[in-house]
Amino acid sequence: MVELKPEQQTTDGQHHARDLSIRVSHDAKAPEEAPAGREVVFELDNVSCHYGSFRAVKDISLDIKQHAITAIIGPSGTGKSTLLRSFNRMNDLVPGAHVTGQIRYHGVDLYAPKVDPVEVRRRIGMVFQKPNPFPKSIFDNIAFGPRVAGWKGKMEELVEESLRRAALWDEVKDKLRTSGLALSGGQQQRLCIARAIAVSPDVILMDEPCSALDPVATLRIEELMIELKQNYTIVIVTHNMQQAARVSDETVFLTMDEDRAGYLVERGPTSQIFTNPQNRLTEDYVSGRFG
Amino acid sequence: MAGSPMMPTTGRTQLAASGARAVTARSLQASSRGDQVRGAFFLSLLLLGIGIALLSLAAIIIWSLVEGLPRLDTSLITNGPSSVRPQEAGFRTALIGSIMVVGGVIGLVVPVGVGAAIYLEEYADRERWWNRLIELNIQNLAGVPSIVFGILGLAFIVRGPLSLGFVAAAGSLTLTLLVLPTVIIAAREAIRAVPPSIREGSLALGATRWQTVRRQVLPAALPGVLTGIILAVARATGEAAPLLLVGAVTFVTSNPSFFEGAYSTLPVQIFNYSNRPQADFRVLAMAGVILMLGLVLAMNAFAVWLRNRFEQSW
Repeated sequence: MVELKPEQQTTDGQHHARDLSIRVSHDAKAPEEAPAGREVVFELDNVSCHYGSFRAVKDISLDIKQHAITAIIGPSGTGKSTLLRSFNRMNDLVPGAHVTGQIRYHGVDLYAPKVDPVEVRRRIGMVFQKPNPFPKSIFDNIAFGPRVAGWKGKMEELVEESLRRAALWDEVKDKLRTSGLALSGGQQQRLCIARAIAVSPDVILMDEPCSALDPVATLRIEELMIELKQNYTIVIVTHNMQQAARVSDETVFLTMDEDRAGYLVERGPTSQIFTNPQNRLTEDYVSGRFG
Repeated sequence: MAGSPMMPTTGRTQLAASGARAVTARSLQASSRGDQVRGAFFLSLLLLGIGIALLSLAAIIIWSLVEGLPRLDTSLITNGPSSVRPQEAGFRTALIGSIMVVGGVIGLVVPVGVGAAIYLEEYADRERWWNRLIELNIQNLAGVPSIVFGILGLAFIVRGPLSLGFVAAAGSLTLTLLVLPTVIIAAREAIRAVPPSIREGSLALGATRWQTVRRQVLPAALPGVLTGIILAVARATGEAAPLLLVGAVTFVTSNPSFFEGAYSTLPVQIFNYSNRPQADFRVLAMAGVILMLGLVLAMNAFAVWLRNRFEQSW
């Protein structure tokens, strides 16, 4: 079982995000044998996501590996974001949305009745398509998550650590009290990443994090993602195939079926998906023939 | 033209080029004469509308200033009312009554109105029929004439279940009911103006729904909420009709208290003075109008300042 409680402090009361990897202890029945190599964070078993009577995504089964970047690619409207948002139960907020099948996070069914979506989201952070800093100071943007989690420690150090990890510290260290909305788009997105890091999550979900950014800012976020995967598991939805090829270790390709539901066509190591795809659809998509 | 790389050389090409330029220039020019006249006509209609609004406001202010100026001094707010000596009579008790009543309105309408707005915007499931019914009722209540609230107050607050009697508290409650729909509607607008991405960002960090409302949505919506409250309260300040029914008709000479004894308010007192035959009382009433206008305009100005000061662009 995963202990769904906020991870908080080390002995000296300081915050070392590195030490705050989620404590996960498997009980006797839950664990599934992880494939050789990396541990598996998410296991999806026949997952379908519905909005009311409409099925947006159907019958997805896949594993997400720890400390790797998994890219979900595919044409518009194939339910990539919907699938991503089912990983931290953000879809619960949409009236009429529900998930069938099973999403297991370290062996725990995320949609089991006992699981609190608030605790899920503390462990599985999210960065959105459009940078959405709070209309507060840079400092308060970072401090918000730890504060609501009841974290008691030196907030200044946590804010600095988070900003450093998001490669934003040098640019903002002299203006921590100015509004997060005063930053440029790329900086705002890195602020949102820093904000997600500050609650020391296990996984960071990114929903087209660069689609609103210019190429230079995009490059910085991509470098950041590669750095972050040392400590976090990253799942990214992207429209940009080059981006998937550049940053990800694993790629999942979805496309739309005749009933307008997204389904999984192919998944595997990124190099294989892009150079030696097994499915015609995948080949057509990654070579730019459709999508 | 000289130095332009595209400069035509021969006469014929020059002619063709200038013709082409003329056509382009013509197509870029303002529309036909008829369109221009229509445009000017509508602009003057709009200006006329603004003019009438501003003119009537200016007329009220100037007229009341001219008429009421002789009595515009400190005795106006330090002296109590008198039915025989208009030169010395003032608005002290009415002013205190107004402050009490309006203070009570603020104290009641803020938690109830903002609470209702938060429920409707952040928690209510719009698919449910009872939530839609509540919404519809609030919209309708905002359009109910104030005198109806006066009758309601008389039946249920002064008499009936609450039986408070003709006291300031009853006036407060009645006016609260009157402005509550306005506050709820304004607060809902302000809360709705906070982009959903802020709520998502907050929830994705593991904040609960209430933490999101309390620490992200409400602070961001606060300027709009406050503006709505102030405008509603300004309306309550100037309201006389419902108060006439719930007791504020009395001619009060001693300072009122909230839960017992008679009370009056500024608009009611003005109404009372202006009904008297002596010319001096009319001057007094006009001075009271200036006092009340000043109060209400100051509140509105504060609301505007607040909105501009904390306005958030997303």
